[in-house]
Amino acid sequence: MTSIDPSAPLAPTDDPVRGLGNESQWQLTWRKFVRHRLGVAGGIVVLLIYVVALIPEFLAPVTLEAYNPRYTLAPPQPFALGVQVEGDWQFRPHVKGYEAVIDYNSGRRIFTISDEEIIDIGLFVRGEPYRLLGLIESDLRLFGPLNAGDPFYLFGADRLGRDNFSRTIYGTRISMTIGLVGVAISLVLGILIGGISGLFGGLVDNLIQRNIEFIQSVPSIPLWIGLAAAIPANIPPLQVYFLITVILSILGWTSLARVVRGRFLAMRSEDFVKAARLDGCGPVRVIFRHMLPSFVSHIIAVVTLAIPGMILAETALSYLGIGLRTPIVSWGVLLQEAQNVRTIASAPWLLLPGAAVVISVLSLNFLGDGLRDAADPYDD
Amino acid sequence: MTSSDTLLDISDLSIDFTTRNGPVRVVDGLTLSLPRGKTVCLVGESGCGKSVTAKSILRVLDLQAKITSGTIRLGDSDITALHLDSPELRAVRGGKIGMIHQEPMSFLSPLYTVGNQIIEALQLHRKIDAKTARAAAIDMLRQVGMPEPETRVDRYVFELSGGQRQRAMIAMALICQPRLLIADEPTTALDVTTQANILDLLRRLQAEQGMAVLFITHDLGVVEEIADEVAVMYLGRIVEQGPAAEVLANPKHPYTRGLLASMPRLDGDFNRPLRAIPGMVPAPANRPSGCPFRTRCDIARAGICDTHVPEAVTVGTDHSAACHALGEFASQFALPATALQPAAVATNVSTAKALPLLRVERLTKVFPIRKGFLERTVGHVRAVSEVSFTIARGETLGLVGESGCGKSTLARTLVGLHRADGGTITFEAEDGPIDIHTAKGAIARTLRRDMRMVFQDPTGSLNPRMRVRDIIGEVLEVNTTMSRAEIYTRVEALLGEVGLSPDYATRYPHAFSGGQRQRIAIARALASNPRLVIADEAVSALDVSVQTQIINLMKRLQENLGLTYLFVSHDLGVIANVSDRVAVMYAGRIVEMGATEAIFHTPCHPYTEALLAAIPGKGRRMNPSLRIEGHAPSGGATERGCAFAVRCRYASTQCRSSVPVLRPTGSGQVVACHRADDLSLASPVRAA
Repeated sequence: MTSIDPSAPLAPTDDPVRGLGNESQWQLTWRKFVRHRLGVAGGIVVLLIYVVALIPEFLAPVTLEAYNPRYTLAPPQPFALGVQVEGDWQFRPHVKGYEAVIDYNSGRRIFTISDEEIIDIGLFVRGEPYRLLGLIESDLRLFGPLNAGDPFYLFGADRLGRDNFSRTIYGTRISMTIGLVGVAISLVLGILIGGISGLFGGLVDNLIQRNIEFIQSVPSIPLWIGLAAAIPANIPPLQVYFLITVILSILGWTSLARVVRGRFLAMRSEDFVKAARLDGCGPVRVIFRHMLPSFVSHIIAVVTLAIPGMILAETALSYLGIGLRTPIVSWGVLLQEAQNVRTIASAPWLLLPGAAVVISVLSLNFLGDGLRDAADPYDD
Repeated sequence: MTSSDTLLDISDLSIDFTTRNGPVRVVDGLTLSLPRGKTVCLVGESGCGKSVTAKSILRVLDLQAKITSGTIRLGDSDITALHLDSPELRAVRGGKIGMIHQEPMSFLSPLYTVGNQIIEALQLHRKIDAKTARAAAIDMLRQVGMPEPETRVDRYVFELSGGQRQRAMIAMALICQPRLLIADEPTTALDVTTQANILDLLRRLQAEQGMAVLFITHDLGVVEEIADEVAVMYLGRIVEQGPAAEVLANPKHPYTRGLLASMPRLDGDFNRPLRAIPGMVPAPANRPSGCPFRTRCDIARAGICDTHVPEAVTVGTDHSAACHALGEFASQFALPATALQPAAVATNVSTAKALPLLRVERLTKVFPIRKGFLERTVGHVRAVSEVSFTIARGETLGLVGESGCGKSTLARTLVGLHRADGGTITFEAEDGPIDIHTAKGAIARTLRRDMRMVFQDPTGSLNPRMRVRDIIGEVLEVNTTMSRAEIYTRVEALLGEVGLSPDYATRYPHAFSGGQRQRIAIARALASNPRLVIADEAVSALDVSVQTQIINLMKRLQENLGLTYLFVSHDLGVIANVSDRVAVMYAGRIVEMGATEAIFHTPCHPYTEALLAAIPGKGRRMNPSLRIEGHAPSGGATERGCAFAVRCRYASTQCRSSVPVLRPTGSGQVVACHRADDLSLASPVRAA
């Protein structure tokens, strides 16, 4: 006979679907995120892009400055893994060489891809020495032509005969970090100002919110142009880089501040926050132990979604020539090369850095989307 | 029952939900027939598949739900066989079968006027011109008791009060004179007085129009009030059905008996402990083998109940139940009829002379009404208005009233979540009285340890990011010098005390059910060895059997730990069962206060009388004129006279000009009514 003693502890097995219950909210969020396939794919791509941003010297076949006037505006060379030797397939990674004819009417070289000339590509070839992460001295490159000096232009060459592929890889560092640094500055401002707004409420809140509305109502591109024009022309490129991030954050913090404020306001009326007040927790403890942990995951998602905006803004500014300047290379700076229609018509490969922008922005958006869905506690 | 009497015939209906872990059966071989012109109540706890069954009749199931077998016959057509877009199905929906919901705000569109939506429903099914349709809509609104239907027809849903919205929704469902009305918990979200009016209305309309009603509810009081027949549902099956009077008076299935025993009763001894059904409804994915109820059944026998699915057995005229104890195995169940009686617990309450623990004098809480761009204060809402009372050591004071009467504001002001605007609150601590408003430092810490609160929503009141032991231990961590190890030991002891395993200490709140979470919330309240616990609607969000478990737990804790409770609830049944004394609040004031028996047996305030008359299952025997219309005023109006006068059927001119004060009556309670002496009020609640 089965008898149940009502005073006995309630069996946890009455709903085993919920698992052991020892998983923290973070673990639950992670499990939910892993189920979001597009988000995970975006995350992997973002991770790869940041690896590229970390070690472009190792990944790029040639250095940033390397140029070869013989190959100005050379088209991309198709890459193949093997060759047909007397009907047999042989493993031999290579690109085809160029045949150049000078068109005396236009004064340009016309390139055609040669059928015979084969340029062998190898892994871990030696090239110009560099310092990996500024620490490790090395001259190894992940891949490149076995015979140093052979033309190797996967994404084609620009008007000075520089390798577009290597430059895109180098540009990753600036383009991807400017988003991070810009968002980091926005985040600090946003949490601080939004937190004050949400916590104190009343007049303070009113003032801050009206200010945010004012800032958001200013057209962004003219504001950026104005601010960027104020950067002195003779300061070092690194300072320009930081000033640009600051300019981008001046507008970026407003939306973050709104999110933080909204969260604070919603959280303030939650019963568990009231319960914490009744437990005797002071305001500092209530904020840092009860409120902040509850919306950190939301903040992460919002931040992830804010980075693409920064990347796009930097690209736009640099493209217009008022952002970063050479010798600093970002995707936007590279796209300056593709500013006029004639270049695009004759050398469309100069738009390839734009593809890098699209891929990184899309994957960051997918990642952010996945994180936001996973962080939402009310959806399941 | 001959088939010509049957309007709708559901037979062997099964519905599966598609989940990540495969299909889950939510309705499992349900057979039910609805006779013409009768009201059938479908009863059960949440998660039993009641709403899914109702939705399947109109084929408005959610996307992940699928009817896997069975038929639903309306006349000679099978609804399950109809194509979802077919004109036949459209004629059924809204035409032959109408439906009303718990939440009119989400059921009616906020973008169209009430009249618009009623007229649309009519014109979809009848060829009728706009003018006639409008007249019909106004007529329908009049029939459902909407005041001033000619103007209300052009109102939007959000301009109506809760009861009026419900009436508008009923009007929309009934405009095409359906043969069947499906009512899915239509009164659950309403105040008890409004619920009584809506139930009256449904009963009248059903009689006038001769339609059948399928009424879904979890409240057996409502069943008693409205049902002709009742079907009790558990985990997707009908476990017992029959004529309402017969099933309620003579329940056969252990689940029905359990539900009835766990319902706070108003007849007999209020303090008699309730028998809760242990545990909770398992998730459909974990349906126990054999009889699904066996895991919570106190007469389940191994070898029978866990292996064989019980068939419905006829136990009386039209009365059947699906339990092995009634079927061929009956001989193996020696029915412990006496064991069903709860053990009498001697809880003789002698609090009359006890010392006061909390003294509240002329407490007032005012909320400003702000308007306009500059948020100027344009008026005030007196949420709590000059309330005075004391709570004695060891007693439970029940605070009852309709929503918006200020009872929650009062509770929150007492613990310090709101700052009072007037009056004093004095707490008698071990070492002398403390004025709550001026308490600071060490005294405030004592106060926080001595006075604790339990919230209504067990999900919202536990921080989802913290482990149970940190949630419960927080108050000790902040206010005492106990070490972490000491706190964790104490937490484990507390978990045992509230009926949870100490192993749960390291888990997070999401792993627990609603009832378990409320136990955790109670453990948190008890962590600091408080003397007064304020429970703000602490059991209102729980299912009836779980509610009873929590009430019993709180009573046991009170006995063991000598606690004092202020128990806030809108549910008169719960209040009667837990309280030693009851205070009735209306529009921010206490209108009547006294011993529980006195309040329930000899009410002295017309409002108390009306509340009691509205308790479902009690009102039918009463004078219907005791019903009150409208809702409690927000307290924003300037106070002239008794706030209840506009709804009071005994109101005199004096009531409209001067505010009555609380004064003692002959029967031992205090009451704020000018006519308390010359009225003799009735109570539907009989003494034992």
